[in-house]
Amino acid sequence: MQLTLEFGGGLELLCDSVKIHNVDVDLPAETQKLTMKHLLPWVRSNLIKERPEMFIKGDTVRPGVLVLVNDCDWELSGQLDTTLEDKDVVVFISTLHGG
Amino acid sequence: MEESHGGDKARSRLCCICNQRRPALRRPKTLQQICRECFYVVFEEEIHRVIVDNKLFKSGERIAIGASGGKDSTVLAYVMSELNRRHNYGLDLFLLSVDEGITGYRDDSLETVKRNEVQYGLPLKVVSYKDLYGWTMDEIVKMIGLKNNCTFCGVFRRQALDRGAALLKVDKLATGHNADDIAETVLLNILRGDIARLSRCTSIITGEDGPIPRCKPFKYTYEKEIVMYAYFKKLDYFSTECIYSPNAYRGFAREFIKDLERIRPRAILDIIKSGEDFRIATSTKMPEQGTCQRCGYISSQKWCKACVLLEGLNRGLPKLGIGRTRGINGDRQKDDQQIGVKNLQSKACESLDF
Ligand SMILES: [Zn+2]
Ligand SMILES: [Zn+2]
Ligand SMILES: [Zn+2]
Repeated sequence: MQLTLEFGGGLELLCDSVKIHNVDVDLPAETQKLTMKHLLPWVRSNLIKERPEMFIKGDTVRPGVLVLVNDCDWELSGQLDTTLEDKDVVVFISTLHGG
Repeated sequence: MEESHGGDKARSRLCCICNQRRPALRRPKTLQQICRECFYVVFEEEIHRVIVDNKLFKSGERIAIGASGGKDSTVLAYVMSELNRRHNYGLDLFLLSVDEGITGYRDDSLETVKRNEVQYGLPLKVVSYKDLYGWTMDEIVKMIGLKNNCTFCGVFRRQALDRGAALLKVDKLATGHNADDIAETVLLNILRGDIARLSRCTSIITGEDGPIPRCKPFKYTYEKEIVMYAYFKKLDYFSTECIYSPNAYRGFAREFIKDLERIRPRAILDIIKSGEDFRIATSTKMPEQGTCQRCGYISSQKWCKACVLLEGLNRGLPKLGIGRTRGINGDRQKDDQQIGVKNLQSKACESLDF
């Protein structure tokens, strides 16, 4: 599945300072449905190059990291349960860097 | 299965304010689901209400906005110039930046502020540590190492902003401290038993008796909303950490606040409320304010902290004024000395000092 992943607010520093990543993510074999719950560990192991604890805490994003799916706050779409579709745009922004 | 076309994944279909458009975010303060357009309105008008209700500004005043190039001050500069126009505040607004002299950090963020100067049409004044003190942060770190450098950074920055504000002849300085920052500072001051700062840090205006009062129009504004606003409006801000600020204790408090917010977003406002409602026992000794005998800056001791630190740097004794060394102010009463030393030791960079 084609997705566009965007990192901002300093999170891009964790992935070689690249802000926008066009990626192809395989659907999980069991469900054939990609959710944010599947995407986060994929991002963690494929895109994050350093200090993963700035991005992930437990099984979700670290508190203070905002997530938008197609420019909509993921708190409105069920956070980890948000289902992703082809061509979706997922944005991660840290609120923790600088003032 | 729930139908989902295009980008619409929100469970509730419509904004709970206008009932017309798709919601774009959940407000942490109210848990309302609102659309982008309604968000802009409530975000800006809430700040307007805070400004009006607390009488932060008077028509005709010159106001400096402390601008670091980061998200808070960038959004503050944008919103303040909008509100000034929309509601005819009659304010002359300026951007005021401090150049600490940190290669690869401040020089980049200053570029952001310079773009903001053009984008928002606000005149910019930059004051540098090098000009004011004869030392850049890079030079100070070379001399003292990474330990304690935030003491210098914090003390010098505070004075630098005051001096810059005096050069601009402004009546007041507005800073971008947000609700999360203030909740964090309340917590830190409790953890340190710093009662003097605890009572001061929740005030929306401070230093009214001094030459340049400071105010915090974002006192009740959540960081999440500031970042969402900057994102939706595509505001240009800089977001790299200060390379010299490995402040673990503050980071801890920050993380704790963010954990609480996730469970119950109102926690941030409640901590601020708790800070406001603290009453100080009359037996707690407050340091009395005077002026520094060397530079005239407000100080509760003979020399202000910047002068003590500077003296140490210039004499090649950079530990002067940090830790337990007896120095310039060492002839003072033991009690006072203890308070001074404790504050200085625990003082960190950025927003701790209000
Ligand atoms: Zn609406
Ligand atoms: Zn610093
Ligand atoms: Zn002084």
